[in-house]
Formats: sequence, C-alpha cells, structure tokens
Amino acid sequence: MRSQTGSQLPSAQSRSGDGIDLVNVVKRFGETVAVSGADLSLPRHGRMSIIGPSGCGKSTILSMISGLLDPTEGVVRVEGATTMKERLARCAWMPQRDLLLPWRDVAGNAALALENHGISKKEARGRVLELIDRFGLSGFERKFPHQLSGGMRQRVSFLRTMAAGKDVLLFDEPFGALDSITRADLQQWLRRTLEETPRTTVLVTHDVEEALLLGDTVVVMSARPGRIVQTVDVELPQTENRRELIRHPAFAELRDELLSLLEVAE
Amino acid sequence: MTLAETIRSSRTKAPTPGERQTRRQQRLTAVVKRILPPTGILLLVGVLWQVASDSFGVPKYILPSLSDIWTSASERWSDTFSSATRVTLQEVLIGFAFAIVVGVVIALALHLSATLRTAFMPLLIGSQAVPIVVIAPVLAIIFGYTLMPKVIVVALICFFSIVVNTMHGLSSVDPELIKVMRTLDASRWAILRRVEIPAALPSFFTGLRISATYASVGAVFGEFAGSLDGLGYVMIQATSQLQTDMVFVAIFILTFMSISLFLAVSIVERLVCPWARKEDRR
Repeated sequence: MRSQTGSQLPSAQSRSGDGIDLVNVVKRFGETVAVSGADLSLPRHGRMSIIGPSGCGKSTILSMISGLLDPTEGVVRVEGATTMKERLARCAWMPQRDLLLPWRDVAGNAALALENHGISKKEARGRVLELIDRFGLSGFERKFPHQLSGGMRQRVSFLRTMAAGKDVLLFDEPFGALDSITRADLQQWLRRTLEETPRTTVLVTHDVEEALLLGDTVVVMSARPGRIVQTVDVELPQTENRRELIRHPAFAELRDELLSLLEVAE
Repeated sequence: MTLAETIRSSRTKAPTPGERQTRRQQRLTAVVKRILPPTGILLLVGVLWQVASDSFGVPKYILPSLSDIWTSASERWSDTFSSATRVTLQEVLIGFAFAIVVGVVIALALHLSATLRTAFMPLLIGSQAVPIVVIAPVLAIIFGYTLMPKVIVVALICFFSIVVNTMHGLSSVDPELIKVMRTLDASRWAILRRVEIPAALPSFFTGLRISATYASVGAVFGEFAGSLDGLGYVMIQATSQLQTDMVFVAIFILTFMSISLFLAVSIVERLVCPWARKEDRR
C-alpha cells in the first residue's frame, strides 16, 4: 500500500493527453469557494473514487470534468480536450437518481444517446438490444420504468450512460438511493462490467467500501473549502468475490486508513 | 438467486383464474362506486325539480317542469335545436382547435426565449383582464354575424389556460435530467423534442380540460353579441318570449356539450400519455 498527497503524483501516472487531468482547479460560486486548488490525474481506463463529507465539492469536480461546468481558475483536461463542449462530447455523467423517461420503455431509454446522434429510432433500438442482453436485462426491453424495481431502474440508467459510447464515465453517488442488498449486487455487477469493457471512470461516493471496491485510486476530500486531502492507491488481491474482498486484511487496513483520513477531513 | 432472477420470477408469474375473477370483481365494484353517487344525486335533483314545479305551483315561465322541458326539446328538435346545436358545436370545436394551436405555439415560443417571455407575459395576462363580454360586441361589429367572431371569443377564452399549463409543464423538467441529456449529446432541439414536450403533455392536457369547460360559454357569449342561429341565439329569442322551457333545453344541450368535450379530452389524454397515471400511482 502506498499513499501520496494529491499534488505529488509520480509522472508515470499522469500521462497527460489520454486520461483526465485537473491542474490547480478552483471553483467559486459567488462568495463560496466550492473547490480550492485541486490537482488530479487519472490515466486512460483508470478508475478513481472520490470520497469526502457532503459539501466538499466532489460533485462540483465531477461536473467540471463532464463539461457541464467550467472551473473559475485552473485547467481541466479530458483526453486532451479543455473546452466545455469538447469535454461534454467525451464524458457521460450519471447522477444518483435514475431519471429515466417514464414514457419510454427500457430499450427506448437506452437508445436515447444514439437517437441524439441522429440514428433513427428503430435502428437505435436494434443496436442497444445487444447491450441490454449483456447487462442482464433481456426480457425487460419493453418494460416501462414504473414496472421496474429501484435496482433495475438504476441498471437501465447505467445502460443508457454506457450506450452513449463515451470513453469517460462519471458517476455521482450512483447507488446512494438503493437499499444495501441491491447496492451490493450492483457494485459487484459494475465491477464486472468495467472489467469487461474498461472505461475511464470517476466515482463520487461517501461510502468508503464502495470507493475501495470500484476505484484503483481513492481521493479523499475535505469540506469548506473543498480540497484534496490525500490520494490513496488501492492494491487488493484479484478476486471476483465481493465478500471475500471485504474480509481481506488489506481491505480492512485501507478502509481504516480512509476512515481516519475522513475524520480529519471533517 | 440474483436480483434480476428474483424480479423476473415474480413478474412472469401468471395470475390464476381465481385471482383473475376477484380482480375483475374488484374493478367492477370500483366502477359502480364511481358511477352510483353522481347518478343518485342527479336523480334526486330531478325528482325535487319535478315535485317543486308540479306541486308548489311555480309558474311555468319561472321554473318549467322537467317533463315540459323534455316536451319542448322533442317538439322543437327538428326545426330549432338540431341546427342550433350544430352551429354552436361548430363554433366550439373550431374555436377550441384554434386555441390549441395558438396556445401551444405561444407556450413553446415563450419557453424557448427568455426575452419573448419577459416581453409578452404582461400582454398575455392583460388579455385575460379584458372582459370577454365587452369584446364580443366589438368583434361582432368588425366581422358581422359570421362564424368568425364566435371562434375568436371561444379561442380567447380557451387559450390562456393552455398557454399557462403547457409552459408550466415544459419548464417542470428536472434540471438534472437536462444535464444528463446534455452529456448524452442532446442538442437544444433534441431536449425539447425527447424530454420537454413529452414531459409537458400531462400539464398540457390539464390546460385543455379546463378550457374545454369554458369553450361553450365562449360560443354563447359570441352568439349573444350578434348571430342568426345557434344555442345562444335560441336562448335570446326564447327569453324575450318568456319560453323558459326553451332556455333550459339550450342550457342542457350546452352542459352536455361541455361534459362531452371534457371527456373526449380525458380519453385522448389517456391514450397519448398512459404513463402519467401509472407514475402517479407509484
């Protein structure tokens, strides 16, 4: 286990150009400083979790990466792109609530991004069917959101995000609204999905276990003004089994370290 | 069993014939419960009416009995009411359609442009402060005894609630959903078409239902100001001759027209946005 502060990442990790880079990023909303001087670097297909107390600016960082917001100072670079428009074109963003369109069935919701690209409704549906199958949702293509459970809806929301074909996936507490059983199930499922189709992912959460399960680096932030306290590398045994992983001494040690960092961060 | 399997098995279980039977019975009782009370009240009012006019000697020109009204309706249907109903219905439908088109166009324009919104909102609200009763004779002077002034009055009465409700629906979309759509590469037009317009449909239909109840009132106002046929025209003629039974026939036809239009809008709503009711029940 190694850990280093956010500003002193080894150059091998910050291969700028194909991943995500934040250089001295500051975001102010009027008088409020949401993020003060954040430096982050994530290589292509790397997975980063950001944890911190509420109001620490972690969602703001995500919005800035996605291109929905611009930093007040500093540079945000996503696969070499720095303008908001170019970043938007490279990132798919998924918030806590599933926000499915109630008038579209599962396939219709999943096909949204393709339709936005100008592909006909029928062809877009056809193309997402294969994804639906891979996401364990076959048989549900024609179900409407109100016919699905919370976990299923969130899975469809993932599917919709993935179907956009973006290389960068940004998750803002994607499991926050789910019960713990469903959450465990989906964490396992997302791990597997990202193994099969690697993407550059940034996950914002306030669940330490989730941060460790889904990230290979964990960034700890503190509140008001939001800044990065520490970046922790996650090195855990390769295993598919979530329970086995959580039981592992290395996992417990990392969890303890993160929890103590969070206590200081509060 | 994984989550997906659990859900699948619970969803695909077909109801047994017995379950289906009780479900049908439940639905039947629900329908009866909805229809019985209003029918009962209507019958009660009808009976009281008949008794009041029969036994208390209320003069016929003040409160004709229901049977008198029925007699005059059937006697005068072919020479008076059938054509009057046709004329008024035509005014109502054309005016209503006009209001929908104008209302939706205005709502979309004001939704898309903040400048237009601030520029036109006072005028729009002001248009509702002008009493339609005053406008109708002016329109009759301009357009004469034609269909036009009635259609305009109906549209004027109807369009406002359509505009207000549609605009409300268009802007009620969750801002986070708009952000999600933007990261899914949606253009402004794509967001309008795939999210805002469908999301606004339930509110739009609420506006339609409100204005559906006003529409026939508008047509009668228009006819009062100057006309040669129509239910409003019949009412004016009948009032001056103390034929109160004729007035009541016209009132009943107008009521029936309003209720039918309201129901028609509700049926179309159910067909166009079935999800709205299901979402509410969640």
